[in-house]
Amino acid sequence: MAKTVAEKILSAKSKKDAHAGEIVEASVDYVMVNDITGPAAFDEFDALCSPILRDKVVLIPDHYVPNKDVASAKQAKKMRDFAKKHKVRNYYEVGTGGVCHQLMIEQGFVAPGRLIVGADSHTCSYGALGAFATGIGSTEAATVFARGVLWFRVPESMKFVVDGKLGKHVSGKDVILTIIGDIGVEGARYASMEVEGGSIASLPLADRITISNMGIEAGAKACMIPPDRKVDEYLKGRVKGRYKQVFADEDASYSDTREYDGTRIVPLVAKPYLPSNVAPASEVDIEIDQAYLGSCTNGRIEDLRIAAKMLKGNKVHKGVRMLVVPATKEVFDLAVKEGLVKIFSDAGAYVSGPTCGACLGGYMGVLAPGEKCVSSTNRNFVGRMGAKESEVYLASPAVVAASAVKGRITDPSEVSR
Amino acid sequence: MKNELRGKAWVFGNNVDTDQIVPAEHLVTMDEDELAKHAFENAMPEFACSVKKGDIIVAGRNFGCGSSREHAPRALMGAGISCVVAESFARIFFRNAINIGLPVIEAKLASKPGDMITVNLKAGKARNDTTGKEAEFEGYPPFVMMLIEKGGLVPYTKEMLGCRK
Repeated sequence: MAKTVAEKILSAKSKKDAHAGEIVEASVDYVMVNDITGPAAFDEFDALCSPILRDKVVLIPDHYVPNKDVASAKQAKKMRDFAKKHKVRNYYEVGTGGVCHQLMIEQGFVAPGRLIVGADSHTCSYGALGAFATGIGSTEAATVFARGVLWFRVPESMKFVVDGKLGKHVSGKDVILTIIGDIGVEGARYASMEVEGGSIASLPLADRITISNMGIEAGAKACMIPPDRKVDEYLKGRVKGRYKQVFADEDASYSDTREYDGTRIVPLVAKPYLPSNVAPASEVDIEIDQAYLGSCTNGRIEDLRIAAKMLKGNKVHKGVRMLVVPATKEVFDLAVKEGLVKIFSDAGAYVSGPTCGACLGGYMGVLAPGEKCVSSTNRNFVGRMGAKESEVYLASPAVVAASAVKGRITDPSEVSR
Repeated sequence: MKNELRGKAWVFGNNVDTDQIVPAEHLVTMDEDELAKHAFENAMPEFACSVKKGDIIVAGRNFGCGSSREHAPRALMGAGISCVVAESFARIFFRNAINIGLPVIEAKLASKPGDMITVNLKAGKARNDTTGKEAEFEGYPPFVMMLIEKGGLVPYTKEMLGCRK
């Protein structure tokens, strides 16, 4: 019987002929936890009286590091101590790592055909490289540390086909916001999304990661994109171990198939308070207090390059502060080397080291009541970036940078033609 | 897990996200009592101080969407919530709740704040005692039921590991 990518990978990893709706216990290639979700997992693991499968475990402090306060310092210390006690090599200290999902990809843990779980909802990002990856809780992460397996309900799959040449300032962010705007925040609940078509194939890997990253904002369990030569090229010299690309069968069964005309997608923003609340950037006339560029969604070097191009020779609008947060050390170093940090700084933007920080309203750029922020991040829920009376408008790096220059939400074509 | 649960309803709409259940700024502890102090502090400020042990949350679609934080179901347990009845759940929240032993029931039950709700897990019935309205729900798949009967994922994992402690 023909299979979807989800069915193929979960079959291979469970050594069963698995189909949608069945529950299988499958062997996990890697399990990642961060400094927020890790501490609970460490307690649960220590209660299991088990040796650790240390090569499968990846520990990444990123949410509240550098520590925002004493409580978060204790959590980060707990992770550091756990890594030491159990001799976990895959631990990335502040200054060597960064935002967990970008780091997982950069460090070569992610590859086509793998099954990866992470105690962070945006683990679905890795679908962009053809890995079946999904977010889990802390307790279940602890059981994977010990057994290397986890139960999964094999999800139904939904297909999204995007064809046609994308416009100049149209990015992966606009593609996924278009899809979420269409199906809603629970449109793919429990499902595995498969996003493909000519528009997707033409996008750089960075944009595809943005698409898979936000699959969870439609409720998806995973968000898969067929791997290609771009994925192989990226992984060369990076990937740990071997891998084989896995594709859905042509006659596989989908619970829904939707088609989009890529030529009609425009730069979008998702207005408060749901990622599905989308409108063209050109039609949203909102003055902003802050512009935020960063996160696992859009904190890659490609994102910074787009924003820097927009900001070069321009100034951040008076009364607006712009924050630029490279996702990882690798991105930071490249941004320095390519002169992007200088461009941001000359424009009056604030550039920091990697952290999840303000994306989830932790620190390093939280909003006061009444403030509005255009942000390259992934969620615009009530109070997500600070005060419950603040507002977050989700957008691409191009829209964020253009808006920073104009002081209001702006279509990128107004700043750069 | 107790079979019959009875408590006063706290009513929420669709798409209650985990940032509403417990805002991220409080994710610096796993202490359930501490987390419970901040449950719904932006979305429903009166919740944390008025919730009583055994109370039941009745919600619309996609309850628990957003972040994977296990702090969310733990905060609800810390607050004394005995069960969440929602039209549907976001998947990570659903898994987390099962894994830590918070009953989560997929059913549509029209309720007003303060209505008395009774949930019978084995019979698959949720009842609004105030209005007399009833809703049936599907039982869990056998594997999930087995996990629940063993007390969650940790006891099951211990058994699989042959751990005697």
